[in-house]
Amino acid sequence: MPRDVEPSINQRDFIFSAIQQGLRVDGRSPLQARKTTIRFGNSLGWVECSIGETRVVAQISATVTRPYFDRPFEGIIVIHTEFSPMASSAYETGRPSEEEITMARILEKTIRRSEALDREALCILAGQKVSVPHRETNTKIVRGQQVWTLRLTIQFLADEGNLLDCACMAAMAALRHFRKPEVEVVGDEATMFSPEERAPVPLALHHQPLCVSFVSLGPRNTPVMDPSRLEEQLAHGKMTISLNAQKEICVLQKAGGVALPADEVLHAVNVAVSRVRDMSDLLNRSLEEDSRTRVIEVR
Amino acid sequence: MLHTPGNPVTAHRPGVLHSKKQQHWVETESRRYIPAPQESVIGVIVHRSAEAYRVDLGSAHLATLDALAFEGATKRNRPALKVGNLVYARVSLANRDMDPELECFDATTRKADGFGELKDGFMVECSLGTCRKLLDSTHFLLPALAQKFPFEVAVGVNGRVWVRAGSTKATIGVSRAIQMLDNRRTSDEEVASYIQQMDV
Repeated sequence: MPRDVEPSINQRDFIFSAIQQGLRVDGRSPLQARKTTIRFGNSLGWVECSIGETRVVAQISATVTRPYFDRPFEGIIVIHTEFSPMASSAYETGRPSEEEITMARILEKTIRRSEALDREALCILAGQKVSVPHRETNTKIVRGQQVWTLRLTIQFLADEGNLLDCACMAAMAALRHFRKPEVEVVGDEATMFSPEERAPVPLALHHQPLCVSFVSLGPRNTPVMDPSRLEEQLAHGKMTISLNAQKEICVLQKAGGVALPADEVLHAVNVAVSRVRDMSDLLNRSLEEDSRTRVIEVR
Repeated sequence: MLHTPGNPVTAHRPGVLHSKKQQHWVETESRRYIPAPQESVIGVIVHRSAEAYRVDLGSAHLATLDALAFEGATKRNRPALKVGNLVYARVSLANRDMDPELECFDATTRKADGFGELKDGFMVECSLGTCRKLLDSTHFLLPALAQKFPFEVAVGVNGRVWVRAGSTKATIGVSRAIQMLDNRRTSDEEVASYIQQMDV
């Protein structure tokens, strides 16, 4: 029976009165995040990210396909989010709730719409010629035929609040960790090399956006960063900011909930900047550590 | 544990085997409660009707709490609980074909004996094993906390602990200590040193 039992009155009253004193049940201050960790798996592009007890796995696979008809020079990235009852009994497979759809959409916006990934670099054969002479210029129409399709699967293992930030972090880590097989193009022919022959190459990323979520809690709508599950359930409103370490805001999502004054939003953005810098540092450090233990080069 | 005549006893849940004289049981770190008669549990009222409350115990099905199953309750005079209130109750009936039933009094004396509505305070969720540890009178956690400050606690074996102390900070302290005990990554020594350093 999938359901999400409302938190009890006692829990609500306690959390609200605690937040007025600047306290949180897990001992954090309102704008403090939980411990974030990243773990890489055996295969490239398999990443497990955890924020506190929240855990998300992101995995990337690449296949060669035909491009979309209207975008012949661009590779394809498919983001697939899998909510299962494993994360929490509130989730049901196959029937996403509104909250789950919102989360998937923000991820999509953060990763795809912000152009984090260079999709043109995923094109393999742009120059395959189709012999249809153009009416005016008499040059041949060139249409890309083979591109990489990246499939980013995000699986939610445990939901202790703030799944979105964790999922975004895992996804970005996976994109940076993944390597696609080296491809050599000679004329109209592309040769794909196995990892044993030539070292696989990393993906081309433009920047690294990460999500930071805030909720408004209690009678005075105190902004609280990195909410726990209970805090998310009790919140009067939620705001998610996606930005990169260069202070470029990619997405600011505030769907419904209590109204926020402008200065509070600006303050939240400033807090988010420092949080994203911390997360980026952690990501860079973990990737560096991982690359030291991993042998990718063939020679 | 399952025993069929003529066959050896087999456990049907993974866990640590405990034995005491003729008794054997398997202790699991499960978080999913399965109601059993005479166990004390903490429930959240999720629905109220004229005769009974429906209570969430964290188990697969909701339990029924009769509106008159309180100490001294009569048709005229009975406690008015709201949806979202917490109750400390005893499972009076639990079998696999019916929804479990609860009572808020002692079976023999019909006195409240601590059961009933839990006012204020905070409810912590933990594993069933942690709850059983807290009920063990020789366990270090609650006595160690009691050395620091007074507090009230109600432990339900359904993975819920209700805590109320003099201040918000103290309540948070108790609930964090319980959560640390519940966390497999923190050792008992770490929990003990956290309690020692607690500043309330």
